Amino acid sequence: MPEIFGIPLQAFTGQLMLGIVNGSFYAVLALGLAVIFGLLKIVNFAHGAFFMVGAFGALMLERYLGIGYWPALLIIPVLTGCIGILVEITLLRRLYGLDPIYGLLLTFGVALLLEGSFRVGFGSSGQPYSTPPILRGSTDLSFMVLPNYRMWVVAASLIACLATWLVIEKTKLGSYLRAATERPDLTQAFGIKVPLIITLTYGAGVALAAVAGVLAAPILHVSSSMGSNLVIIVFAIVVIGGLGSIFGSVVAGLALGLIEGLTKVYYSEASATVIFLCMALVLLLRPAGLFGREER
Amino acid sequence: MFAGKLKQVFVIAAVGFFCASTMAALAQTSAQPGAISGDVVRIGVLTDMSGVYTDLAGKGSVEAVKMAVEDFGGKVLGKPIEVIFADHQNKADIGANKAREWFDTGGVDMINDLNNSGVALAVAAIAKEKKRHIIVNGSSNVGITNQMCSPYAVHYAYDAYSLAQGTGQTTVEQGGDTWFFLTVDFAFGLGLEQQVSDIVRAAKGRVVGAARHPLGTTDYSSYILQAQASKAKIVGIASTGSDATNAIKAAKEFGLTKNQRLAALLLWINDVHALGLSTAEGLLLTNAWYWDMSDESRAFSKRYFDRVGSMPNMSQAGDYSSTLHYLRAVQAAGTDDPDAVSAKIRELPISDMFTKKGYIRVDGRMIHDMYLWEIKSPAESKYPWDYLKLVKTIPGEQAFMPLDKSTCYLVKKP
Repeated sequence: MPEIFGIPLQAFTGQLMLGIVNGSFYAVLALGLAVIFGLLKIVNFAHGAFFMVGAFGALMLERYLGIGYWPALLIIPVLTGCIGILVEITLLRRLYGLDPIYGLLLTFGVALLLEGSFRVGFGSSGQPYSTPPILRGSTDLSFMVLPNYRMWVVAASLIACLATWLVIEKTKLGSYLRAATERPDLTQAFGIKVPLIITLTYGAGVALAAVAGVLAAPILHVSSSMGSNLVIIVFAIVVIGGLGSIFGSVVAGLALGLIEGLTKVYYSEASATVIFLCMALVLLLRPAGLFGREER
Repeated sequence: MFAGKLKQVFVIAAVGFFCASTMAALAQTSAQPGAISGDVVRIGVLTDMSGVYTDLAGKGSVEAVKMAVEDFGGKVLGKPIEVIFADHQNKADIGANKAREWFDTGGVDMINDLNNSGVALAVAAIAKEKKRHIIVNGSSNVGITNQMCSPYAVHYAYDAYSLAQGTGQTTVEQGGDTWFFLTVDFAFGLGLEQQVSDIVRAAKGRVVGAARHPLGTTDYSSYILQAQASKAKIVGIASTGSDATNAIKAAKEFGLTKNQRLAALLLWINDVHALGLSTAEGLLLTNAWYWDMSDESRAFSKRYFDRVGSMPNMSQAGDYSSTLHYLRAVQAAGTDDPDAVSAKIRELPISDMFTKKGYIRVDGRMIHDMYLWEIKSPAESKYPWDYLKLVKTIPGEQAFMPLDKSTCYLVKKP
C-alpha cells in the first residue's frame, strides 16, 4: 500500500476527509461568532449553548411533534434565532458601552443556564437522533468509507457560509450592517436603525449556531454538554482568523479542521492541543489574527 | 481596654477549642461496641449526579440505596438510618474531599456506589486512613481489592477482571487473536484494557495498538479510522456509557464492522437502551445482573422503574443489595463500629435478588456468578426493555481474580 511519510495513504486521506468535515462545523460556528463580535463587540460565550439548543430542538421536534430532519433544518434556526433576539433585547442590550468582560460573563451565564436546564430535562447521556433516510448509508471512496451524511454536512456548511457572505457583501441590509460595524454613530445619523440591526445580527448569529446544531445532531449524540466541548475550539479559531473577520473565520475553521486531522495521523495525543498551539503562534506573529485588522 | 478585649477573645477561643476537642473525643468513644455512633447510621451515596456517567448511576443509585433502607425498615438496632448523597463530578479530588468531609464531620458510616474508578481509588485510600466503610459498585478498577485494599473496602457488583473473563475471554475463544483498543484515558479504561490484554496474550494473541481518547468524547471518527488502519480482527472498546455508544455508532457508520468485529468490554442496559437494538444487536456484554433474570429481580425492577423511570442496571442493583448486606452486618455486629462490621460483612453470606450465593472475601471482593449476555435483535424483543439473552454463566470463583494473584496485604500467602 502506498505511504506518505510512513503513514498508509488510506489513513492519511481518511483523516484529511474527517478534518474537512470537522472544519465545516468549525467554520459555521466561527462565522456566527465573528458576525456577532464584529457588530456587537461581544464575545458570545453562549454560542456553544445555542448550538446545543439547535440539536435539541431537532430532537424535540421529532420526538414530540413527529417533524423530521428537513423541516427542522429550517424551523429550528428561526426559533433559536428568536430566542437569541429575546436574549439580546432583555439582557445583552443593557451592557452596551460597558467593559466587554460583562458581555462575556453574561453570555457565559446564559450558556450555563441553558446547559443546566437541558441536563435536568434530558439527563447527561447522549440522545440518539437518526440520520434522515435519504442520507443513510455510506460511500466507499476506495481510500475510506465515508458516511453520506458527512458529505452532506460539508456541502450544507459551505452553503450556509456562502449565503451569509452574500448577504453581508452583496445586499443592502449587508451594507447597513457593514456600515454599522465601522461607524455606528454615523450610520445612525443617516436614519438607519442601528439597534434593530444589532438585534437582528445577534439573532442571525445564533441561528447559524442552531444550523450547525441541527447538522451535528445525527453525528454527535445530542447532549447538554455537546456545545461546551466545541465552543472553546471555535473561540481559538475566531482568534486565529482575526476577531470579527468573516472570511478569516471560515478559512481558519476549515484550515484548523485539516490541521487537527493531520495531527491525528502523526501524533494523535497532540490533536486537542494543536489548535491552541496555532493560536499562540498566530498571536505572537500577527496579534490581530490572520485576516484581522489592527485597531486604529 | 483594647488589651482586655483581646484577652477575652483568646479565652473564648481557648475554651471553644477545648470543648471542640473533647466533643470530638466523645464522638470517637461513642463508637465503641454496643452502640451506634451519633445515634444514626448514615449512608452517603457518592456518585456522578451531572456528568457523562449520571444515567448509569446518579439519581438511580441514590434511589436504590433508599429502597434498601426502606426495605430494611428504616431502622437498625433501634436507631434511624439516613441516606445522603453528593456529586463527585468524575473528579478524584472532589470525591476524595467529599469523603474526607463526610467521615470527619458528617458522621457518615458507609459510602456506596462510587462510580468512576479514579474517584473510587482515591476514596478507598481515605477509607483506609479513616477506618470507615466504602462499597464500590459503579467502578471496575481492580486496584480497589489489590493495592488499595483494606478491611473497610468492598468491591461488590463487578470489576475489570470479571469483564475480561466474560466478553474478552469469549471473543478470544471465538478466534479473535489480534486486538486494537479504543480506550477512555483514565484509571477505568486503562485498567480494563490491561485486563483484557492479559487474556489476549495468555491465549497467544496479539495486541496491535490502542487509541486513547478523553472522557466524554463525542466524535470517534478519527479513532475509528485508526482502528481500521490497524487491521486488527477485534476492536475492543474499553469505555462505557455515552463514550461506548458513540464509538459503536461511529464504527457502524464508517463500515468498520464489515471487516472487523467489535467487542464492547463494558456495556450497561442503559447503553443498550440508548443505542437501540437495531444498532446494538448481536453485541456481547458481561453483566452481573439483568432486571429480567428472575421473579425477584423483576419485582425489584418494577418498583425501581416506578421511582426512577428507567430499568436498574447491575450497579444500581448492587447498590441495593450491598446496602442491605451492610445493614445486616451492623445488626449482626450489634454496633456500627467499623472493625466489628467489617468482620460480619465478610462472614455473612449474601442471598437476595442480586445473587443467590454471594460472599465477600478477605480482600473485599464480593464473589458471585457473572453472566455473558447477547443483545437481542429487534424481532426477538417482545416488550419494553427486553434486550438481553443469556449466553453463559461464569461461576464466581472463575469470574474474579483468584486470591493467589492478589496483591492485597490482607491476603496471607503460604
